[in-house]
Amino acid sequence: MSVSDNVKIDMTQELEKKPPPSESDGQALSDIIAPAEIIRIAWEGIIRNKVRSLLTMLGVIIGVAAVIIMIAISAGTEATIAEQIEGLGANLVFIQASFGRGGPGADQNSPQLVYEDTEIVAGVHGVVGTLVDQTTTQSVKANGSTLTDVPLVGTTPDFPSVREVDLADGRFFNETELDRTAKVAVLGADLAVDLFGETDPIGQSITVGTTKMTVIGVAAKRGVVGNTDFDAQMYVPITLVFDKFLPAQFARFVGDRVRIIYAQIDKEADMESVITQIELKLAAAKDVTVDELPFTIQTQNDIIETQGATTEAFRNLLAWVAGVSLIVGGIGIMNIMLVSVTERTREIGIRQSVGATPNDIRLQFLTEALMLSLVGGLIGVAAGVGGAIFFGAASDMRTVIVPGSILLAFGSAAAVGIFFGFFPANKAAQLDPIEALRHE
Amino acid sequence: MIKTPIIQTHALRKIYGMGDIQVKALAGVDVRIDEGEFVAIMGPSGSGKSTLMNILGCLDRPTDGRYILAGEDVSVLDKVQLAKIRNRRLGFVFQSFNLLSRTSALRNVMLPLVYKRDNKLTPAEREEKAMAVLEAVGLADRAHHEPMELSGGQRQRVAIARALVNDPVLLLADEPTGNLDSRSGEEIMGLLHDLHGRGRTIVMVTHEAYIAKQTERTINLRDGLIETIKANGNGGAK
Repeated sequence: MSVSDNVKIDMTQELEKKPPPSESDGQALSDIIAPAEIIRIAWEGIIRNKVRSLLTMLGVIIGVAAVIIMIAISAGTEATIAEQIEGLGANLVFIQASFGRGGPGADQNSPQLVYEDTEIVAGVHGVVGTLVDQTTTQSVKANGSTLTDVPLVGTTPDFPSVREVDLADGRFFNETELDRTAKVAVLGADLAVDLFGETDPIGQSITVGTTKMTVIGVAAKRGVVGNTDFDAQMYVPITLVFDKFLPAQFARFVGDRVRIIYAQIDKEADMESVITQIELKLAAAKDVTVDELPFTIQTQNDIIETQGATTEAFRNLLAWVAGVSLIVGGIGIMNIMLVSVTERTREIGIRQSVGATPNDIRLQFLTEALMLSLVGGLIGVAAGVGGAIFFGAASDMRTVIVPGSILLAFGSAAAVGIFFGFFPANKAAQLDPIEALRHE
Repeated sequence: MIKTPIIQTHALRKIYGMGDIQVKALAGVDVRIDEGEFVAIMGPSGSGKSTLMNILGCLDRPTDGRYILAGEDVSVLDKVQLAKIRNRRLGFVFQSFNLLSRTSALRNVMLPLVYKRDNKLTPAEREEKAMAVLEAVGLADRAHHEPMELSGGQRQRVAIARALVNDPVLLLADEPTGNLDSRSGEEIMGLLHDLHGRGRTIVMVTHEAYIAKQTERTINLRDGLIETIKANGNGGAK
C-alpha cells in the first residue's frame, strides 16, 4: 500500500511555526544518573589503564607529598624555635629597650634600660626572680693553659633558677658577692673540664683577661639551647663585668645599660597585670608616662609569635613551590584526559546512542579526572606523611606533621582534578554522536 | 483497521555545509511507517540513506521539515531531549556492533538502563532485566563474556539485546548483517523476523537486495529523495 499520501494529510497543520531547536545542553542537577554508576564507570576507566593512570597521578602524588613534607619541615623548625625560647626558663617576661627609641645609639636624654632597673622590676608584686646578663668574650688562664674567646656571662644570683641551670659542684654567687663586685666565677661543665681536667676546680684561681678570680662552682651539663652552649660559658657577677670588662662611659650618671631584663613571674600571677605593673613602675622611675616608656615588654609567647611570622614567610614560599608542582600535576591529568577522550571517542558515541546526555558524558570524564587526582592525593598523603617521618628520623631536620596540611594538600588535589578535568570533559560532552560513532 | 504511525516525516531536508558548497543529503523526504512494520531502506552510497537513518534515530536533526516519532515531534528537540528520546524510544543495531570492549555482554546490555531517567531501576533490577533480554536472544550462557570472546553473530545478538532492553517503539538496524558471514547473517535476520513477528517495528538499512526482500516494504532512496517504495509481498498489507 502507498503510505506517502497519508503523510501529507496528517501533517498539514501548523507546519510554518516550527520553533528553532534550542542548542542548550543544560540539565537540572536532579537529572543525573545514579552517582554510584558514574563512579563505577569512572573507576573502570582508570583501572583499564593502570600504568598510565599511575603515571598520570605521579604529578599529583609528588605535589601533595611535597606540600605535606615542606609544611612538616617548617613546622618542625618553628617548634624548635619555640622550644629554644621556652628553654630560657618558665613564665618569663622580657623587658627590652625598643629599637629606635631608647635602644642603643638613641638619644642620651631618653630613658635607658639600666642594671639598676632590675631592682624596680624585682619589686613588682608577682615577680619571683629577675635576671640580667651582659656577655663578653675573654681569654681565660688557669692551671698553665689558656683558652681564648670564652663567653663570660655577667649576671645576677637568680640565674640558676630562672634559666634552670643546676650546679654540679660548689655554689652560685649570692647577692652580697654581687653587691661587692666579688671576683668569683662559676664554670660551665665543659669549660671546667677544658681548664682543669680531672682536678677539682672549686677554690682554684683563674685569670680572666687581667683579672684574677676564684672558682666557686661548676654548673651541671645543660647542653646547647638555641645558639647558646651553656656548658662552654662561665658566670660572674654582672657588677664585675661592668667594672672590669665593659666600663660604660656615663655609668656614673645614668647607670650601666643592659640590653634585656628577664623577669620570672609567679605561676599563679596574672601575666598581663604584672606586665602593666612593671610598666607603671618603670615609667614612674623614669619620670615618663607609660606611653612614652621606650621599652617593650614581651612574654615568651609574644616572641614565639614574632619568630612565627618569619617562618610563616618561609612556609608560604614552600607552599607556593608545592602549589606549582600540583598545577603541573593537574596539567598532566588534563593531558591524559584529552588523550583518553580521543581514544574513547567511539565509546562516547556508543553511550550517546543509547541515551547518555552531554551532561552524563561530562560528568563521567570529570569524575574520572577527579578520581585520578583524589587517588593520587591519597597516595601523596601517604607518601608525604611517610616522607616527613623519614626525613625527621634520617636527618637533623625536625619534622612535625600538620593535620591541616594534609587537608590542604588533599583539597588542592581535588580542586586541581576538577579544574583541569573540566576542559577534557567538556570536549567529550560536546562530541557529535554521529561523528563519535564513526570514529575508529 | 486503523494503523498507528510510528514514523511520520514531512519534507525532511538535511543540508550539509554553509555558503557556496552545499550538499543536499536529503532533499525532502516524506515517509510513514506504521506500528509493527518491517521496512528496508536501500539506495546507493550518497543517496542519503545514512542521513535519513541518523535523523530517524534522533542522532541528528533535520535542517528543515518535520519528524514525528510515535506522536511526538522530535525535530524541535535539543540535544538533551534527543538523548532521552534515544534512550526511551529507540534501539540501535549497527553494522559494526558498537559494543563496549572489555565489558561483559551483560553490562553492555545494561548500558541503556544506566541512562534511563524515568522509573529508574536498581542495579539488581537492571541486571535482571538485561539477563532476561539476553536469554530472549539466546545468549544467557554468554552473559559474562566480553565481546572479544564472542563470535560476530553472538556480538550482534548482544547488540540487539541492548537495543531491546528499554523496550523501544522502534528498532533501527544499520546493515546489521554487513559484517557477518552468511550463516550468522541469516541467524540475525531470523532473530529480526522473530521480533517482527512479535510486533516490533523495525527499520533496516541494507544494500543487499535479498535481505531487503525479506522485509515487508523497501524504500529506495536516490539523491536525497524517495525513488520508489515497493511492497515485498511478505504480509506487507496485513
